[in-house]
Order: sequence, then C-alpha cells, then structure tokens
Amino acid sequence: MMVETPTTAKGSHADAVATASVVALAFSINGRHCAVETVATAMLLDVIRDQLGLTGTKKGCDLGACGACTVLADGRRVKSCLALAASYDGADITTIEGIGTPDRLHPLQAAFIRHDALQCGYCTPGQILSGIALLAEKPKDIAAIREGMSGNLCRCGAYPNIVAAIAEVAGL
Amino acid sequence: MRYEAPESVEKACQLLADDVGHARILAGGTDLLVQIKTDVLDPSLLIDIKKIQELREINTGSGGFRIGAAVTGAELKEHDGLRAAWPGIVEAANLIGSTQVQGRATLGGNLCNGSPAADSVPALIAAGAKVVIAGPNGRRELPVEDIMVGVRKLALTKGELIVSFIVPPRPKQGGDAYLRFIPRTEMDIAVVGCGVSLQLDADGTCTFARLALGAVAERPLLVGDAAKALIGSKLDAKAVDVAAAAASAACRPIDDKRGTKAFRIKVAAVLARRTIQIALDRAHGKTGTTH
Repeated sequence: MMVETPTTAKGSHADAVATASVVALAFSINGRHCAVETVATAMLLDVIRDQLGLTGTKKGCDLGACGACTVLADGRRVKSCLALAASYDGADITTIEGIGTPDRLHPLQAAFIRHDALQCGYCTPGQILSGIALLAEKPKDIAAIREGMSGNLCRCGAYPNIVAAIAEVAGL
Repeated sequence: MRYEAPESVEKACQLLADDVGHARILAGGTDLLVQIKTDVLDPSLLIDIKKIQELREINTGSGGFRIGAAVTGAELKEHDGLRAAWPGIVEAANLIGSTQVQGRATLGGNLCNGSPAADSVPALIAAGAKVVIAGPNGRRELPVEDIMVGVRKLALTKGELIVSFIVPPRPKQGGDAYLRFIPRTEMDIAVVGCGVSLQLDADGTCTFARLALGAVAERPLLVGDAAKALIGSKLDAKAVDVAAAAASAACRPIDDKRGTKAFRIKVAAVLARRTIQIALDRAHGKTGTTH
C-alpha cells in the first residue's frame, strides 16, 4: 500500500505534503464505493472536496474548531479537517450530498427551512450532519442540544433557530 | 512524511525505535494534526495506532478497567460500567472539545500531547490509574502522574508508547469527580482543573483521598498535602479548608491569556472544595452528572 518517497528535514507543511508518501484508499461515500490515491498527509476534507468533487462539505477554520467540515464516518460525526484520510480506509462516509434531495428533503433540512436556521448558509452542511448525529444520540432536553451542537459555530448567529429546528425533529 | 498503520504493539514499537527522524504516534490526531498543519511539528513518520486492537478496547477484569490508549472519549462515555464506577474520568475526557472531537480524541493522546491543562489527566491521577508502556525491552508500568515531566516532555524513552491505562476497581463507598474552570461554557482549555477521588468507611470517615490539579504548573500535580488533610477526617468544613489551602499552596502557575498566577492560585482552592463535595456526594451514593 505504501510508496515511499524521501522526506524533508525541516520544512513547511506544504513541503511535507509535496514529499509525503502516497496511499491508496477505498471507502464508501454516500453509499457509493470509491477508490482514491492520495498523499499520506491528506485530510479527509481535502479528499472529499478536491479529489471527489463533493464541495458541499465546507472548509472553515481548517483547525477543528468551527465544525463546517463535519461529516459522518461509520455513523459518528467527525471534523473532516482533523481526520487523516488514510485513517478512513474502508470507512462508510456520509456528506451533505448524501442527505435528502431538493424535492425530498431530510426532515432536519425541512425543519431548518421552517425555523429559518441559517442566513449565509456556509455552516449549514456541517450543522445538518452534526444535528443528524445528535438526533441519533437522543438528546433529552434543549440544554443537551445546545451542548451537543457546541462544536458547530455559526457566524451569522442563527443558534436559537438551529436549536429550535433540531428540537422540533427530536420531538422536544 | 510516511504514514504507517501497524496492527500490533510490537510492530509500532519497532517503527518508533527504527525511525531516525522524528516519528509521532497518531491516535485521534486532534492535537497532532493541528500542530502539523500550523507547522509546529513536521514528523518524518506518523504511526497510526488505531488499527491495534489492544489499544481500542476497554476490558473489565477483577473489578477494575484496562482502557486502551486509543479508546476515544465518546467510547468511554458509552461504557456503562466505566461511567458508573469512575464518572469523574469519563466527564473529564468528555470536556475535551466538541462531540466531533470526542469521537476521535483519546486518553493516550491527551496525556502524550504533554499539555499541563489536559483535562483527563488530573482525573486519572486522582483515580490512581497506572499506565502500561510498551517498548523495545518489553513492558513496564508507571503511575499516570509520573508520565508528564514538563510541558510537552514525557518520561518515555525512544521506541516506547502507551498501550493502556489501568484503572483500579471503584472503592466501596468511594467517589470521584473532575471540575475545571473556563470562562466559556464549552470548547475551551482549562484555566485550572481539579480531580478528586475519595473513600469513606462505614461511619463516614475518609480513609483514602487523592487530589490532582491541572493547568497550575508545568505538569499536572498530585497534591499529597490535600489528601493528608482529608484522610482521617469526616470531610468537615475544617478539613476541606485545609485541603483547599493545600491545593492553592501547591500551585506554581504562569500568567497567560487564560488567567493570571494569582487567579489560578485562588481558583485552585475553590475548585478543590467543589470537586471534593461532588466526590463526597458520589461516595454517599448520590448519582448525577456535573456538567
């Protein structure tokens, strides 16, 4: 699986990427099998956006703080900017492209629209994926929704409406 | 940079020992990958330990727990037995980052990242947990408090890695707790953290106590004088006062953007009191979470 290339002594992350070894990966993305070759240092987010062309997953801070890049990996929500793609060989990944369609929205997507749970929409794919995983975790009250969504920032400040949308689908 | 994902502890140790550059262990990656992206670190080799089964399991035997170094915070929370026995450890681990981060972040990574503010470490120290270390010369054990020797400095030698944490059985009439102070409600780094574990005898006298502090020195501290003040007492106001003062006295913090020295020293005593109270309530069989 490994193709070794010489490594740099001390350089920038970009240098390290340029000289990183290549790994071959196969995973399922939104139910579709896919095989890619990528550098060992590649993040899952970059593979999803740049190699698979699925740009619904957003890059915000790229440091694991904002949650815009949230995807589901084997049912668990992860920040794909902090997930080394090589670690996800064989995984089952779901991105926003795998959630609902324009004429058949996921119930949480429909609730986001009803509750006006977004303004610019940049954080929304991450909010939806995170919210879907949170619903599966069965939050017991509004406080649990607020805590459970604390890894997803919304610069527009739509938090009350995001919480209301999730609460409605959770039946709270 | 090379990436390897060995399936045995021995192979991982071999890769570490053979590397002539600067290899790093990749567990959850929630600290390491940020450090690589921001050019703080440039490892020659990443050794992903998540394919090693032994490191991914929580085993219960003889009443205690053996927690693999690569078990995530989310998996700890889902383990009913561990949550019932050591709620302080589970809650501490689940204060680290958001739910998305808890799905990846591990106890082994939190310790080996070498931050004095690591939330899970004071809780593990208070519980009297030990660490199993594997290396080229076999395995050895060290108490958790002996692993971190300074900021980003560990008592591990070349080729060694942490395999698991051994957490003792919950003592009868025992309880543990962890609290931290942060200016926000979520997603922050401890200004001060405090872990406490207590045991009472039949008439409510404290027979065993451990108190550990985080973010108040170059490494997490086990505060022996605080335990001394509690053991033999009924955990009355006077004993708790002495223990809280001992917690403050043990601090040797720095001033930084999260808090001043004086503030940290003061907060250590406040957190010590509150954490002792929660551990005491739990020792009396009261349940409930702190967060």
